[in-house]
Amino acid sequence: MGGPEIDRLIGLLARLPGFGPRSARRAALRLLQQPETRMLPLANALAEAARAVRPCAACGNLDSQDPCTICADPHRDHGLICVVEGVGDLWALERAHVHRGRYHVLGGTLSALAGTGPDDLNVEPLLARVREGEVAEVILALGATVEGATTMHWLTERLKPLGVVVSRVSQGVPMGGALDVLDDGTLAAALRSRRPF
Amino acid sequence: MEWEAPGIVLSVRPYGEADAIAAVMTEAHGAHRGLARGAQSRGRAALWQPGNLVQARWVGRLSEQLGAFSAELIHPAAALVLDDALALAMLTAVCATAESALPEREPHPRVFDGLLHLLARLPQGAAQLSALIRWEADLLSDLGYGLDLASCAATGATTGLAYVSPKSGRAVSAEGAGTWADRLLPLPALLLPPTPLRNAPDTPADWHAGLRLTGHFLARDVFGLQHKPLPAARIALYDRVADMMETAPDA
Repeated sequence: MGGPEIDRLIGLLARLPGFGPRSARRAALRLLQQPETRMLPLANALAEAARAVRPCAACGNLDSQDPCTICADPHRDHGLICVVEGVGDLWALERAHVHRGRYHVLGGTLSALAGTGPDDLNVEPLLARVREGEVAEVILALGATVEGATTMHWLTERLKPLGVVVSRVSQGVPMGGALDVLDDGTLAAALRSRRPF
Repeated sequence: MEWEAPGIVLSVRPYGEADAIAAVMTEAHGAHRGLARGAQSRGRAALWQPGNLVQARWVGRLSEQLGAFSAELIHPAAALVLDDALALAMLTAVCATAESALPEREPHPRVFDGLLHLLARLPQGAAQLSALIRWEADLLSDLGYGLDLASCAATGATTGLAYVSPKSGRAVSAEGAGTWADRLLPLPALLLPPTPLRNAPDTPADWHAGLRLTGHFLARDVFGLQHKPLPAARIALYDRVADMMETAPDA
């Protein structure tokens, strides 16, 4: 189209989540039309992030410092750990400002189909953190899927003998959700996890 | 080409960002794969969970193509067992076993019917382990590797059957086993026809023996021929029941 450099740029952009060949072409064109204001700052940011950002050795979060900003924050509740599947879930909870403890990123869920076993997940560091004795409660915030629930049961069986309280995020009616548009599974889960009001 | 029928979701493999390759078992079409568009999306992920009963519609230009699924939920079997570790382990074990063992697009109505009833009753808990073991025995039989539990291979007796030969799959009575008993697989009563004299509930030891028995023949005759091990979910269920047996009050 315009030389191998442009083809390579479009090819790399097209591999990103949310991008396809068409949107990659549009993004590449916008970058190429404004190299000084868009492309070079982006290239520098990418290079800097690739150089500096690493997984936190304690929790698995991505940060430019190790331990990460959250683990190093003395105002966080160190007795409370929220276990999430990926860094995207951690970011979602941080955006909502609903958890003031620390996190642990598992890096996936147990999946017989995908061949993901306990050794493929960031489990042993979590058990080590709990064994240190400072943790009072572990909140399991994994997806309400067969694989997520299997992982939560598996983790619960290993965490409870360590003398820690294990809880899980609730399931049910979302904010602004009307009952008549909910799927049967969510309705069943919502009714099962009802509580006094 | 297209068909529509009630089906059980056996597996969902992510494909791209939002789609998945789903395996759905129906009575007339067996285990059938197809592309499920949007199966990983927020709105459709609850439907495309293993174990769910769905009204599935498959469309393909040619019958030999992968084709595409669309579906509506009939019974959310997965959502009903998410809180119960044993029921969830049973659900994942039967779905993984059916998905791996059944030849694609080959109807097995008896296996489908048994799986349908089993999934509907999974929330009842441990008691359904007996039904699961009988379903696995039916699966073996449908695939041509049925156990012969009618009479003793050594004496011909039809009563007192207590073991199964790990080679032939034939029942052996306690008398016929003699000194070979420790080389045979224990036969739990739950796999024998019900009798008026047997009314005691099945125990974790029965379930452990049953899973060991069907697991041996599934591993050797079904998965062994495919050069595959037993599905990890099936092994996990066996381990869970072994733990139950150790912690049972009369263990």
